[in-house]
Amino acid sequence: MRYSALSLLTHGLTGNKGWGQVWRKPEPKPAYDAVIVGGGHGLATAYYLAKEHGMTNIAVLEKGYLGSGNIGRNTTIIRSNYMLPGNNAFYERAMTLWEGLAQDLNFNTMVSQRGILNVFHSDPQRNAYARRGNAMRLLGVDAELLSRDQVRKLLPFADFDNARFPIRGALMQPRGGTVRHDAVVWGYARAADERGVDIIEHCEVTGIRVEDGKIKGVETTRGFIAAPKVGLAVAGNSSRVAAMAGIRLPIEAHVIQAFVTEGLKPLIDNVVTFGAGHFYVSQSDKGGLVFGGDLDGYNSYAQRGNLPVVEDVAEGGLALFPNLARLRILRSWAGLLDMSMDGSPIIDKTDIGGLYLSCGWCYGGFKATPASGESFAYLIAQDAPNGLIRPFRLDRYARGAVLDEKGMGAQPNLH
Amino acid sequence: MRIKCPYCGERDLGEFTYLGAADPKRPDPGSADAASAFVDYVYLRENPAGPNAEFWYHGGGCRSWLRVVRDTRNHEIESVALAKPGEGKP
Repeated sequence: MRYSALSLLTHGLTGNKGWGQVWRKPEPKPAYDAVIVGGGHGLATAYYLAKEHGMTNIAVLEKGYLGSGNIGRNTTIIRSNYMLPGNNAFYERAMTLWEGLAQDLNFNTMVSQRGILNVFHSDPQRNAYARRGNAMRLLGVDAELLSRDQVRKLLPFADFDNARFPIRGALMQPRGGTVRHDAVVWGYARAADERGVDIIEHCEVTGIRVEDGKIKGVETTRGFIAAPKVGLAVAGNSSRVAAMAGIRLPIEAHVIQAFVTEGLKPLIDNVVTFGAGHFYVSQSDKGGLVFGGDLDGYNSYAQRGNLPVVEDVAEGGLALFPNLARLRILRSWAGLLDMSMDGSPIIDKTDIGGLYLSCGWCYGGFKATPASGESFAYLIAQDAPNGLIRPFRLDRYARGAVLDEKGMGAQPNLH
Repeated sequence: MRIKCPYCGERDLGEFTYLGAADPKRPDPGSADAASAFVDYVYLRENPAGPNAEFWYHGGGCRSWLRVVRDTRNHEIESVALAKPGEGKP
């Protein structure tokens, strides 16, 4: 069923009783042309496989319910304010796809390009942000360096004269913003399902069958599923799943926390990041402030964090916006990160024929979803990378061609 | 999460800094396969979901390097000992 103003009106006038199921709940078939593991980026991958490459006899396996993984646990920010050419072109492609996604999927993904401001607090930081902004503009991405007065117009309640971290200005990407994360899941699921993709929920991969160096299929909690091509898009658990195929990855699992306050009237119009610590914030359409900070900093699969980071985030938030002090936090949670050794993602073939890998998404997976899906679909269908993901090869570590946006070296908890 | 430092006793997580897995052993730079062994040492990780041997630095206390075995699924700490020279990374 195609959604439109007319369908909304018709169903609204008839008691909203005519809306059908949005995607099927099929039983897994014994074999597919391709199987994608992971119902986040995997959904986008399946959608583009069906749409761009005509592969419709495919399945997406999700170990929980749809949207229960990182795609439903993030802070919904989209941006392409990257400095290195490899990252920049890729995330800018994602931004372009975000801009047309609602029309493409015929689903309101609530893309809100409200602008992202990276506030800076010192002259050296101004130089660093100017450099980043110039790098972005050279690559054709929008960036503006805002003066203190320009920032004051946007954030009049910020603490501009903080004794330690006075606000000197900000780097702004006007096209950055937020997207409704659940709508991305539902939109891709519906659009993929319409094209014949089987979305199989509550189906966890327990083994990967390889014979003579070629993939044969995956063992799952719902039986063996044969496929000549298997794509792993299981960021957070990539090391565990890749280990089933005997692959060791340059990845550590880490935890990052996020928080939501009680609902407020409109307060913060943009996405804002604090430059002197780890704090970023946006306001959801429901009114709650959605914010977070740094990784907890130690290996973890627990999907929950610890108090030092909660304190650190609160301190950063209050240094920027003292008026947040009396807000109550409604809930907090943590996401499971695939931290790669250079802070950039990996999308590549493996040494096993027909086994493809998309992992290492660090804390930037959500914003990449459309481009990740599009590129991974191309890789799986054509057995060759498109131009965008050539810098993201798995062997770049051995070649010394790392993409270290933050310049931290092989220390994942610092990226 | 609290870590029981052998010198200082049980202390808050905020006093400690994490380095990473304790099992990678620095390869011999003179060996024939040194180049690939160093790629393995610097970049590849076991990343277990379960007990993980790792190094922590007690910067807010005795400034000792500790070798901690901790379950990455629930943050339960199995053992804490002072890191010994030649045992791993630092």
